[in-house]
Amino acid sequence: MAKDVCVITEFREGKFRRVSYEVASEGRRIADALGVRLCAIAIGSGVEGKAPELGAYGVETVYVTDDPALEHYLNETYVVVAEALVKKCDPGVVILPASVNGKDLGATLAARLQVGLAQDCVEIRCEQGSVKVKWPIFAGKCLAWSEWTEGTTPFISCRPNVMSCLELDETRKPLVEVVKVPVSESRSKVKRVDIDTSGKKELTEASVIVSGGRGMKDASNYVLLEELAALFGAAVGASRAAVDSGWRPHSDQVGQTGKVVNPNLYIAVGISGAIQHLAGMGSSKFIVAVNKDSDAPIFSKADYGIVEDLFQFIPAFAEEVRKHQATCS
Amino acid sequence: MNIVVLLKQTPDTESVIRIAGDGKSIVTDDLKWIINPYDEFALEAALRLKEKHGGKVSIVSYGPQRVVEAIRTALAMGADDGVLIDDPILAEGDLLGAMTAMSVVVKDLNPDIVCCGARAVDYDQAQRGAMMAEFLGWPHLALAVSLDSDGTNVSIERPVEGGIVTLEASLPVLVTFGGSHSIWNPRYASLPGIMKAKKKPLAVKSLTDLALDPGQFGRTSAKVLITSLEPPPQRAPGRIVNGGLDTEGKARELVRALHDEAKVI
Repeated sequence: MAKDVCVITEFREGKFRRVSYEVASEGRRIADALGVRLCAIAIGSGVEGKAPELGAYGVETVYVTDDPALEHYLNETYVVVAEALVKKCDPGVVILPASVNGKDLGATLAARLQVGLAQDCVEIRCEQGSVKVKWPIFAGKCLAWSEWTEGTTPFISCRPNVMSCLELDETRKPLVEVVKVPVSESRSKVKRVDIDTSGKKELTEASVIVSGGRGMKDASNYVLLEELAALFGAAVGASRAAVDSGWRPHSDQVGQTGKVVNPNLYIAVGISGAIQHLAGMGSSKFIVAVNKDSDAPIFSKADYGIVEDLFQFIPAFAEEVRKHQATCS
Repeated sequence: MNIVVLLKQTPDTESVIRIAGDGKSIVTDDLKWIINPYDEFALEAALRLKEKHGGKVSIVSYGPQRVVEAIRTALAMGADDGVLIDDPILAEGDLLGAMTAMSVVVKDLNPDIVCCGARAVDYDQAQRGAMMAEFLGWPHLALAVSLDSDGTNVSIERPVEGGIVTLEASLPVLVTFGGSHSIWNPRYASLPGIMKAKKKPLAVKSLTDLALDPGQFGRTSAKVLITSLEPPPQRAPGRIVNGGLDTEGKARELVRALHDEAKVI
C-alpha cells in the first residue's frame, strides 16, 4: 500500500490561514491521483478544537499538537513538533504552504530529515505514481520542473493564492489524533509579535493590487492609490524606485528583489516596467498599466494600457468604479 | 566577533533569462553577474557588526571560477578573507549537498554568527540558511529587516504576513536577511578597498581539498533535481484603451472592459 499524502497546515492567531485550505485541497487532489489517504498536521495553541475544519477539504486524519508554548511560530520549537508528527504520519509526499513560516519550517525539516524540498511550487503533477512540480525561477522569468530521485520523499511548498480550494463538504469529519510532543527549551525566543491591525492587505495574498512607481512623484500622492485600492479591497504595492525613494515601506516592494505577486488584477500606475519589476508581477491574471509615456515597457505586459497622466486618470477611474459599484449593488 | 557570510553569485536582476540547449539550464555566456542582493544585505549587516564589535568577516561561497569576482567585490567592501568551493560535482547535485560541503568550511572558521540572504534571486529556494543552521546545530533567525546585537545576544525583526515578529537568540546563531536596498543600503567598494582586496586571502578548494568524498556528492546523492525548464506562458497581446476618448471616456471604457471582458470587477 502506497504511503499517505501529508499536508502541514498553518495556524495563527486562533485560526487556520487560508493557505492551509489551499494545501489541504491540493493534497486531496494528489492523494486521489495516487490512490492514497490524506492526513494533515496541525500545530499551535488552541488548534485542537479547530482541527475538524480540515475534514471539509478532504483530510481524513489530523495529527494535532496543541500547546500554549506553540502560540507563536518559532523555527526551533515548531520543527521538533513537525518532525515528530511527520514521522507519526510516515507520508509518501509532504505538502506545506510557501508562506513566510512555511518556507522556513520546510527548509529546516528538509535538512533534518535529509529529504529534498521544492519551494514555492505552482503546480504538482502525478505521473506513473510519482510526482513532479513546477516552480518559478528568476522571479518568474522562467519555470522549472523538478523531480525526486528514487526512494526519496518529496517535500513540496505551494505558493499562496495559486492552488484552488475544493468546495467545502462539511459533512466530512476527520479523525483527530492528539499527539503530545514535549516543547523543549529553545535558544531562540519570540520577543514580540506586532500584528498589523490597520486591515492592510498582504500583497502575496491579495486578489487585487494597485501599485505605484516613480511616476507618483511623492509619498503624499499615494493617497490616490489608497483611495482606489479601498474600492477594490486591494493591497497597495510599489516599484523598487518608489521604495528606494523612501515613499513606501520595503514590505510593499514588488519585483525580483521584493515580493512576487499573482493577483487577479494588477494595476500598475506610473511604473515604467523594469525587467525586475515585470518579473515580480508578470503572472498576474489581468494587468492594467497607466503611464503617460506610451513607450514604457510596462505596456508590453499589460492587458489594458492607458496612456494618460495618472494624476488626471486615477481620480476619474476611481469615480467610474464608484458609479459602477453603485449600479451593481 | 567571528562572522561568516554565505554568498552566492547570481545574474543581475535586469538580465533576460534564456533556456540553454540541454533544456534544463540557462544560457550564461552573456550574463552580467552580481552578488545575490540579499547576500549583499547580509554582508552589509556583517560589516556593521564588525565595526561595532571587532573581529573579522569571512566569505564562504560555492560555484565556478567566475564567483571569485563576487568574493573580491565583498573583500573590497570590507570583508577580510574568502573561501570558494569550486567543484563541478556540486553543480550536478542539490542544495542539501552544497550546504553539507559549505558547512565543513564554515565549521572550520569557527564563527560566532553566520549571515546570509533569506533567498537568492536566481532559483529562490530560500533554503540555504535554514540548512546551514541545521548542519551547525544552531538556531536561526530568518528574514531579518533589522539586526541588533550587544555582542552576546542578537535580535531581529521578521516580517510575516500581516505583522512583524521580533526574535532573539544568544550567539552562536545564523541570521538570514530580507528587506530591500532601501533598508540595508549596502556600501560600495571604495577605490582603496578594491586595491586592498587584491591582497586579501582567497582560497579556492575542491571537495577533495576539504577531505570530502566526491562520491558522496553530486547526482548520486541528490534528492531533488531540475529535469526541465520552460519559458513562462506568453501573454496575449494587450490593447491600449484609446478610441479617441477623453480621460473620463477612457476611465469608463476601462471599467467596462474589466467588468465585461476580464470579469475581475
